[in-house]
Amino acid sequence: MDFNLTEDQRAIEDAARAFAQAELAPNSARWDEDKHFPVDVVRKAAELGFAGLYVREDVGGSALSRLDASIVFEQLSYGDVSVAAFISIHNMASWMIDRFGSEELRRRYLPRLTSMELIASYCLTEPGSGSDAVAMKTTARRDGDQYVLNGTKAFISGAGTSDLYVVMARTGGEGAKGVSAFVVEKDMPGISFGAQERKMGWNAQPTAQVNFDDCRVPEANRIGNEGEGFKFAMAGLDGGRINIASCSLGGAGLALDTAKAYLETRKQFGQALKEFQGLQWRLADMATELDAARLMVRRAAHALDTKNPKATQYCAMAKRFATDAGFEVANQALQLHGGYGYLRDYPLERIVRDLRVHQILEGTNEIMRVITARELFRA
Amino acid sequence: MKVLVPVKRVIDYNVKARVKADQTGVDLANVKMSMNPFCEIAVEEAVRLKEKGAATEVVAVSVGPTQAQETLRTALAMGADRAILIQTDQDLEPLAVAKVLKAVIAEEGPQVVLMGKQAIDGDNNATGQMLAALLDWPQAAFASEVVIEGGKAKVTREVDGGLQTLNVDLPAVVTADLRLNEPRYASLPNIMKAKKKPLDVKELGSLGVDTAPRLKVVKVTEPPKRSAGIKVETAADLVSNLKTAGVL
Repeated sequence: MDFNLTEDQRAIEDAARAFAQAELAPNSARWDEDKHFPVDVVRKAAELGFAGLYVREDVGGSALSRLDASIVFEQLSYGDVSVAAFISIHNMASWMIDRFGSEELRRRYLPRLTSMELIASYCLTEPGSGSDAVAMKTTARRDGDQYVLNGTKAFISGAGTSDLYVVMARTGGEGAKGVSAFVVEKDMPGISFGAQERKMGWNAQPTAQVNFDDCRVPEANRIGNEGEGFKFAMAGLDGGRINIASCSLGGAGLALDTAKAYLETRKQFGQALKEFQGLQWRLADMATELDAARLMVRRAAHALDTKNPKATQYCAMAKRFATDAGFEVANQALQLHGGYGYLRDYPLERIVRDLRVHQILEGTNEIMRVITARELFRA
Repeated sequence: MKVLVPVKRVIDYNVKARVKADQTGVDLANVKMSMNPFCEIAVEEAVRLKEKGAATEVVAVSVGPTQAQETLRTALAMGADRAILIQTDQDLEPLAVAKVLKAVIAEEGPQVVLMGKQAIDGDNNATGQMLAALLDWPQAAFASEVVIEGGKAKVTREVDGGLQTLNVDLPAVVTADLRLNEPRYASLPNIMKAKKKPLDVKELGSLGVDTAPRLKVVKVTEPPKRSAGIKVETAADLVSNLKTAGVL
């Protein structure tokens, strides 16, 4: 077992780091403050292959592994958590089309998704169904060679800005087997968007409800067969959880490095903070938690890559652990900064606000425990 | 037209360099290394010459340890066609590097050697000039613009008084200054493709070049720490202090 990154992975990491340091980090405070979604910059990221990380090459994807993608998202989120997380969602939605969509659907959309000429969102959650996603009420009624969608999706990253929406909707009876997945275009008649949500963090990307009111979608835009949508959505989320967990690693990494530098320069009681053993131990624990989280995330990514039967469990465990650890590390880093940590002049309060939501989305950390326990009892 | 781009693996520009305790040099153990930024600019310019149709092949060459292969892969990922590593663990002086490059050029026959004006480790700013002298080729150092046409290179150079434009016959050595271009990021697909591009490794000894050191490093020390300044009461005091210091 080799815990070192390969030469390729180091090159990929360097590329992502260079991009994040030059294009994201210098702007992240301003984007957060102005609630600005930098479409131009995410398209620049796409030019480097970050928009179709594990999409196949024939449609412009980078054809990398989940582990490679995790390395990329960690670096991007070191520069800006909110933007990196958005790019990860675009990747997840694009992958669903690549993995489960028809050849025609792939060719129609993916070349423009990998270049981010088109931006994609993922629509599963509804106002009345979050953790209990399978209770969704959005329907897709068949009418000739079209489907007619009705319902509302909530907490949709990119809503109103994205060009494509991968939507899970009910084509059959209750339960998971009644759900199908569709690609809905922004300008198809009957789709509309709610007001922008006012959020604690993740301000560099829009979030809103997506409404379907007799929205007509061609049958050709269905991903896979009727009744397979929920399965696809869950498969997408296995990888999505790795991505979000990786974004926690990057944000927490920046918090840790910032705190370390602060302990080295800040003096109180006549000595640098780093001379106080209590603070040394705190920093050591933060580094330890973060490293443990990174190991779990990379193992889970590797399990997905190698189709390990326990991949779903590993993804859930890694998501739960890494997003909890990431938030805790950021919160501790804020505490180590004292009053300065609470000011927007330092990145800590932003990282704390951005990482907090990682414990909630892509399946709450409570649901991660449900999945883990279910897999334990299955064995 | 073939362009040869020598590239050097140096301590990363973001790393705070530390001097070894015995004052023999900079501590490179566990330090991040990357391509010298001026070399990156040279690679970018060579790739742009190829994209414009002025060049047909871009060959990157490095003289250094095995790990310099990673630096060459970066050049390949940016768009160089193939790479050559002249492998050595010796830390070569500019003249020795120039001699090695001359030997490589004898084999490769490039029309243009495009290289960084200096490396950020030793800051010698000498290899390009020495190479041109050894080859008896024209040189145009500190380029801020390069145009290749009709067997000549029109090179705009940054000099103290402003810009100077030179027309040099090819073959020639051109060294890149900071403002020549902004290097591209290597894209992920190109990083993966770079693995499949040819990278030849040759032992330094196989070239038969005398690379014995001619200089002896006496000692390497950290720059002096900034000491506290003084406070002046009035603007007149400030001016008179500046005059005393010879600044005004």
